[in-house]
Amino acid sequence: MSDLKPSDAKQLRDVLAWAAAESVPLEIVAGGTKSGLGRPQRPARKLDVSGLSGGIEYEPEELVLTCGAATPMRDILLLLEQRAQMLAFEPPDFGALYGLAPGGGTIGGSLAANLAGPRRIKMGSARDHFLGFSGVSGRGEEFKAGGRVVKNVTGYDLPKLVAGSMGTLAVVDRVTVKVMPAASKTRTVLVFGLAPAKAVTAMADALNSPWEVSGAAYLPAIAAKRSGVDHVAGAGTSVTAIRVEGTAVSVAARCEALRGSLGALGPVEELHSMRSVLLWREVRDVATLLPAADTALWRVSVAPTQGPTVAAVVPDADWFLDWGGGLVWLSVPDMGDASATAIRASFGEGHATLMRASAGTRTRLSVFEPPAVAVAALNRGVKAQFDPRGILNPGRMYEGI
Amino acid sequence: MLTMPAPDQAVLSRRERIVADLRAIVPGEGVIDALEERRAFESDGLAIYRAVPMVVVLPSTVEQVAAVLRYCREGNIRVVPRGAGTGLSGGALPLEDGVLLGMAKFNKVLEVDYTNRCARVQPGVTNLGITQAVQHAGFYYAPDPSSQIACTIGGNVAENSGGVHCLKYGLTTNNVLGVELVTMAGEVVRLGGKHLDAGGYDLLGVVVGSEGLLGVVTEVTVRLLRRPETARAVLVGFPTLEDGGNCVAQIIAEGIIPGGIEMMDKPAIHAAEAFVNAGYPLDVESLLIVELDGPRAEVDDLIAAVDRIARENKAVYSRISESEDERLRFWAGRKSAFPAVGRISPDYMCMDGTIPRKKLAEVLRGISEIAARHGVGVANVFHAGDGNLHPLILFDANKDGDLLAAEKCGADILRLCVEVGGVLTGEHGVGIEKRDLMPAMFDEDDLATQMRLKCAFDPDALLNPGKVFPQLHRCAEMGRMRVHKGQVPFPDLPRF
Repeated sequence: MSDLKPSDAKQLRDVLAWAAAESVPLEIVAGGTKSGLGRPQRPARKLDVSGLSGGIEYEPEELVLTCGAATPMRDILLLLEQRAQMLAFEPPDFGALYGLAPGGGTIGGSLAANLAGPRRIKMGSARDHFLGFSGVSGRGEEFKAGGRVVKNVTGYDLPKLVAGSMGTLAVVDRVTVKVMPAASKTRTVLVFGLAPAKAVTAMADALNSPWEVSGAAYLPAIAAKRSGVDHVAGAGTSVTAIRVEGTAVSVAARCEALRGSLGALGPVEELHSMRSVLLWREVRDVATLLPAADTALWRVSVAPTQGPTVAAVVPDADWFLDWGGGLVWLSVPDMGDASATAIRASFGEGHATLMRASAGTRTRLSVFEPPAVAVAALNRGVKAQFDPRGILNPGRMYEGI
Repeated sequence: MLTMPAPDQAVLSRRERIVADLRAIVPGEGVIDALEERRAFESDGLAIYRAVPMVVVLPSTVEQVAAVLRYCREGNIRVVPRGAGTGLSGGALPLEDGVLLGMAKFNKVLEVDYTNRCARVQPGVTNLGITQAVQHAGFYYAPDPSSQIACTIGGNVAENSGGVHCLKYGLTTNNVLGVELVTMAGEVVRLGGKHLDAGGYDLLGVVVGSEGLLGVVTEVTVRLLRRPETARAVLVGFPTLEDGGNCVAQIIAEGIIPGGIEMMDKPAIHAAEAFVNAGYPLDVESLLIVELDGPRAEVDDLIAAVDRIARENKAVYSRISESEDERLRFWAGRKSAFPAVGRISPDYMCMDGTIPRKKLAEVLRGISEIAARHGVGVANVFHAGDGNLHPLILFDANKDGDLLAAEKCGADILRLCVEVGGVLTGEHGVGIEKRDLMPAMFDEDDLATQMRLKCAFDPDALLNPGKVFPQLHRCAEMGRMRVHKGQVPFPDLPRF
């Protein structure tokens, strides 16, 4: 059957009102770069929202940008770069991770998946920069939430709920995000040869220093070897990377202080400008640092000190740590339960998401962390309120949601 | 005038029985029955509205909270949660037929985990209490509402409280990692924890700022930050409000995000100076305090840049703090602006809108016109970095009609904030104060969508009813679908 492709908010409402009335389940797609994320779906129709794009209202002095939800992320980043600003949550580009070309994602897709890069630890996630939106619920009703200013507590913070909901609660047609000034300089201090637990302690010390660290990652020797940055690839051992960003004079002073404290742990090296940028792009986008395709890839968010435990739970797994140890990227053989049971039993509070696996594995397993019983009941209640007929990406997050 | 939900006579007629049942759940002094003692809870920081609660319950364990909520749900009894009662929008205003659930006994710091940069605390711990528990190790909790000595973290979570450092460090929502929440059904759920972000729906994200309508928070995990190496402030005076506004815009356009940027207008400057002698210039129309914090090298670098930008924007007064004493003196005037205004006027009302910063001069002109029209005075303080405006409306409650005029003035000011692209509240919450103004910002479907979220948590609307939403609707009625099969034509769309 043909795809449905609304070109404005009114058409979007018409489609969803019709689909709600007829109980037609829809798969919502814009850039299509995250089709591999979530449980495989078999909806009746595809709702292509890529037409809800453009109309950018960008006010650098107000630190806000409003645009169509399907506006390509690369267009937004380019525009921000011209005014020396950024999306501070450092949105990842997972094109390569899913075997696609880079640069294909949209701002709406990024928010719907609530993904963030290495700067998450300092500046927050996509949800923290999502100020407001307008959209249509699974009831076929147009509504808006949040606002177009950076500080707002009027009514429930629905942008937070919609961020990370994978298109299962509403289809968003316009979004407002907070933007921030981009740092003029970036540098990275590398420490070589640390064992995982020692590295997490070193990263915690760096993050707990007054030097405003904006990235803290740990690459075991195997992952480091895959890097395109010479100092990292040629290390022949593990690499602990600590990033600082800011003005030239500030970055120089903070790097020197960090080299002083980290130098006591092992040999150190410093990456400047392009090398630093490239390394953190690799950490952000993941694909180059871990084996390509064919494996099951987990993204596990835990208390930073639990990172090494999670990483060690599957023997011979390939992995690295971001967020000072709090984010574990773990590549395991795509067979059986892809180590889901072992991984999910290895931490207390936290969540493990199966970011990439064969459709069969994603059908068998819970792709998103199974919630506690009482939380699952709230999730079902929320879904029933926003999308009572279950027409929006049904089953993509959880069965029945 | 504001109307609250009509008291449920069936509940009131069972009052004695209810008190006895609650005593069985919370023994000892945890249930307050005597009228004089209940009266102590009759209002929060929005003291012009009062109501004596049917009964006050002060539980001390999660099990007691769950049992009280289960009991109230079964008996169809309304519940109003309360932290320290410092809120300025009336979110903790009691209901005459309701249980006031005070969380003051939950006052312990449960765990400080420096390695994972967080602390687990009970909701009755004060905002400042968190910082005091960790400052010996060089850490602090970032959001700093001006009531931070008294307000509790539980109340901060309910209101999504801000402070003067929000632009750089975020509001409560950006600094809370997890909560334990008891729903109206008496279910205890844990949302978030020491890790980042949600694995499914971000329910934590909507609980923060839900003004006590979704659940009762019994534990909070907050993010801790390392204290900046240094902080310096610059005090700048301008001949016009526009110049001050332009200066702020240029600071941000040049890529500088100060720890705080506060602006005061002439009436606020004069009131503050007369009160604390902070050394403020009196011959300027707007005064900025710009504070830079962070590594020393960076702060010294940026403070010079801010000073230059100020001069480029026609500053007639500029002074950089050369010592910690001097920096604190700059702040002393701003921090005492509210009591200072309280000295020049018998009563004042603090409003809380956010506007796009570029509209500042226009809005301030509009505010003086509105105030003149209603015959009241006004002084303005402004979190200039994030556009959060606090007009202080000056009036005399003993004068006939003055309170009503002040309230009307406040409502007109907030409508103006929405008209220019802003919002009704930047950090104080909707509560009862801005409840009836919600339709100025949200249409019926917007509000229905928000109320349906509440239905998922509290289908009988027993938790803090009469707050935030101008009308109460039954969840069953709102849950109904408006359309049915065969009634909506297949949409006329381009096909591919």
